[in-house]
Amino acid sequence: MATDTSARVRGLDALELAAQAPPESTARRLATKVWRSLWPKALAAVIVLALWHLVVLSGWKSEYVLPGPGPVFEALGHEVSTAAFWNSILITMRRAVVGFSFAIVIGTAVGAAVAANRALRAAIGSLITGLQTMPSVVWFPFAILLFKISEGAIMFVVILGAAPSIANGLINGIDYVPPTWKRVGAVLGMRGRSLYRHLILPASLPSFVAGTKQGWSFAWRSLMAGELLVIVVGQLSLGARLQGARDLNDAPGLLAFIVVILLIGILVDIAFSAADNALRRRWGLSQA
Amino acid sequence: MTLTHRETVGTDAAAPTEVAVRLDGVSKVYGRGRSALVALDGVSLTAHRGQFVSILGASGCGKSTLLSLIAGLDPITAGRVDTSGHRVALMFQEPALFPWLTVTGNVEIALRMRGVPRRRRRPEAAQLLEAVRLGGFEQRRPHELSGGMRQRVALARALAQDADVLLMDEPFGALDAMTRDLLHDELERIWRERLLTVLFVTHNVREAVRLGDRVILMSSRPGRIQQEFPVRHPRPRRIDSSEVAELAATITDTLRAEVARHGH
Repeated sequence: MATDTSARVRGLDALELAAQAPPESTARRLATKVWRSLWPKALAAVIVLALWHLVVLSGWKSEYVLPGPGPVFEALGHEVSTAAFWNSILITMRRAVVGFSFAIVIGTAVGAAVAANRALRAAIGSLITGLQTMPSVVWFPFAILLFKISEGAIMFVVILGAAPSIANGLINGIDYVPPTWKRVGAVLGMRGRSLYRHLILPASLPSFVAGTKQGWSFAWRSLMAGELLVIVVGQLSLGARLQGARDLNDAPGLLAFIVVILLIGILVDIAFSAADNALRRRWGLSQA
Repeated sequence: MTLTHRETVGTDAAAPTEVAVRLDGVSKVYGRGRSALVALDGVSLTAHRGQFVSILGASGCGKSTLLSLIAGLDPITAGRVDTSGHRVALMFQEPALFPWLTVTGNVEIALRMRGVPRRRRRPEAAQLLEAVRLGGFEQRRPHELSGGMRQRVALARALAQDADVLLMDEPFGALDAMTRDLLHDELERIWRERLLTVLFVTHNVREAVRLGDRVILMSSRPGRIQQEFPVRHPRPRRIDSSEVAELAATITDTLRAEVARHGH
């Protein structure tokens, strides 16, 4: 009887698991995935380049104001071979990483505090959402007043831009922890800090990642606005170079830096999406 | 509505009749004033150690509320719940496993909350998973398992609490008949091996008869104990046997009358 049940259990488990699709080989799956995410992007790039070329050909603006893709990529090719270009990227990315890291720390702390404390939520819950919708450029006059033309002014605005999204992501994640999980937590004896550590925080991770992703895009925008407005002497950042190209009427160089800024944005977005997808796969939320 | 349960003890009379769970006139009211809802009204019930008690009722009879009260998840409005020092675990219809943990992680978290030291958790979890016949699936993620397997992980997690009273809230309600049948056998085996006291809530009459030493029928709105049926058929029982079907038919008739009462 006992062995009979055991065999039935194993048999049913095997049958039910076999019903799920067998996993493809990882190398092949990776190749398919890269191709699937790449071709729409490539097609979009080709269409944009073609339209751009057409606008230039139409003679709507003279070529020294609006150069075609050819001269722009030529300028870009030249820039890439210089040390100054990579130094600019280094300066800008260092600001982005430092500012964004501070934003994560502050946003997480504020979000956790607001989610845990009812009075605090009533006091500043809607303030956080208000801050999130505020265009970060608005802060610059104040930031310059506070910190003068300095790194501090840029950091201030980057943090103010990103932290509210990160805090809101965490607050939403905590608010939407499924009640059944909370009941399990209560049954297992989770209370106070252990409840946060073992249930609330891990359960809110997907929403936190989404908030962080949005926070990054706000940080990046704030940083670019900051680099155009607050040009710190000796710090030739991407924004400073962009502004410099405009001052010198160097249209191809200007567009080349815009392309670089766009590419960095896209690359970071790909990294965030990869993290998000990995999380979804672990949790079993992804369809494919 | 007080019932004496002495004559209904399914295990033989010579067995020690240590009380595991005792409810005395337990009531639960949600809200207050005009909108107050009486979920449970004066429920008294005694479950002896090692007993398997099926609790049966139509919707709105407060079966789930009853288990929440016994587990201490909800405050009681009136009456008394006494689990006299027994550890209580509760299982739900959904396995509610944590997706960020592996199968063994989901069991180990229960051990951790119980204060089991780190190096003993992994082997203990492995033993519990072996007990629900999930050895070899330790490193899987919950979403990679079938519904029946997930519910067995939830059972292993409940056992990890080292509880001797197991409260089950329609634990097999979402499973197909074949899997459910199998899990009945498995639950019966584990119940016997570990001398558990089980309070098993269901709306499936045959399931109640298949598993229980006693079947307690509850009335709806407010939830009260309406009647109790001892099940004396020898184990192992089959859910499709004529003895089970016969008693189930009697209980179903009573249940139907109770449901019809609310139609008037």
